[in-house]
Amino acid sequence: MKALLEVRRVSKKYGNGSTALSDVSFSIQEGEFVSIIGPSGAGKSTLLRCINRMIEVSSGEVVFQNVNVTKLGKKQLKQVRRTIGMIFQHYNLVNRLSVIENVLHGRLGYKSTLAGMLGLYNEEEKKKAVEILAMLGLQDQIYKRADQLSGGQKQRVGIARALVQEPKLLLCDEPIASLDPNASKTIMDYLKTISTTLGITVLVNLHQVDVALKYSDRIIGVNKGRIIYDGVPREMTSDMIHNIYGSETGDLLFDLGGENAG
Amino acid sequence: MLGNFFLRKRMNFLAYFGLLIIIAFVAGVITEYDPVKGFTSIPKAIVWGFTNFYPNVESFEKLPDILQKIRETLLVSVAATVTGGAFAFLFAIFGAHTTRFNVFLGVISRGIAIVFRNIDFSAWAMILLFSFGQNVMTGYFALFFGSFGFLTRAFMETIDEVSGGPVEALKATGAGYFSIVFKSVVPSTMPQMISWVLFAIETNIRQATLVGILTGTGIGFAFDLYYKSLNYHAASLVVVVIVIAILLIEWLSNYVRRVIL
Repeated sequence: MKALLEVRRVSKKYGNGSTALSDVSFSIQEGEFVSIIGPSGAGKSTLLRCINRMIEVSSGEVVFQNVNVTKLGKKQLKQVRRTIGMIFQHYNLVNRLSVIENVLHGRLGYKSTLAGMLGLYNEEEKKKAVEILAMLGLQDQIYKRADQLSGGQKQRVGIARALVQEPKLLLCDEPIASLDPNASKTIMDYLKTISTTLGITVLVNLHQVDVALKYSDRIIGVNKGRIIYDGVPREMTSDMIHNIYGSETGDLLFDLGGENAG
Repeated sequence: MLGNFFLRKRMNFLAYFGLLIIIAFVAGVITEYDPVKGFTSIPKAIVWGFTNFYPNVESFEKLPDILQKIRETLLVSVAATVTGGAFAFLFAIFGAHTTRFNVFLGVISRGIAIVFRNIDFSAWAMILLFSFGQNVMTGYFALFFGSFGFLTRAFMETIDEVSGGPVEALKATGAGYFSIVFKSVVPSTMPQMISWVLFAIETNIRQATLVGILTGTGIGFAFDLYYKSLNYHAASLVVVVIVIAILLIEWLSNYVRRVIL
């Protein structure tokens, strides 16, 4: 195993003077399933978006596959972005287009300007998209419009769009925050499968501590733009969770039981 | 405490209401408008309308002429709106926060749109009269500039409202600017944009009447001509034709909207 992603001393200050991230460092090995937890406004989303530079860092560097992403020009940045899939809380699909069209959008990073504008996808890409949709249990939804799907199905289309990029890393920004418990489990199970069978590294922002503990190889706890926990779920303690969320014992709905108690 | 809260809200409301009445009164005094006289003259106006302002048999002789003029007005409105819409689309893409190239171009296109939007159709007609004289081009450009400004604004808001999410997603896949615009912005905003264009066509047909009076073209000219030559029957027929045309266009565009949305 080698480090796929290294985040070194990254800070982010916004124009209005507020600090979203301060001096954040961590690294992620290839194939790992890592969750980032923390209260709302802790900087989880900003952190995730600094990795593919949807948000520019103020200082520090992000190294992905030995390439310093923070220093890249426009063209190279696009090449890096297409190897990083991204999944969003609100799915971010084009609602008026069909499922298959939305999935094929994942190939646009590989297209020339003209081919991208006209949406010229080759046979192989279409087959691959259908294959991925079948793997995610959406084979009957291929020609449906995205706005006719349920939330869970939309999120699976989002995952399919990311997978068709043939990514090395999946960034998931609150993928289950708008879903009911059933759909949430389906999505998390698919993400876990993707990580174990396809060997794709997964980095997930989560609100649900129990979900993070259950699915992750590693948990990163963020509070006020700083990492205050970075370790395996087994070693996570109740005190630490309260530290991350800045809460007192008994304030949280969730409490560790069984082996993790303490 | 609670009583005070509601009392204060009521007092605030009364204060605003009182202020409004004072402003209306002062405005009336300055312009020497007498509301009583204004309202009492309404019945008289209605009576005049019913006795003079109605189409009679002779006025129907003018109908072919009027129909030809309204056709011209309709076509000019549609042409001006559609070309205005095409330009508005370009400027909206450059001006919208989600899709702008950079801040500088964004501010420029927004600025141009604001200038065009805030000059009224009739003002455009007057300005353009000097350059083009009394002909169809003047009317066309007046409507074109007006709808260009209005549609740019409407399109920008549509783009920012509907396509933020998909644009972010496609950017994250490494897609280029034009791929993003054509594969996410265009499909997600097109129905709403068409709906705005239809709305602009409806407004423009109404405006075209006024613009026509100023520029001496189309249905507005017909109305002006009959009205000034005291042929009130023919003038009223023009009004009836305009109303029917607008209702037809509204019905048509509502139908198109139902189909595409």
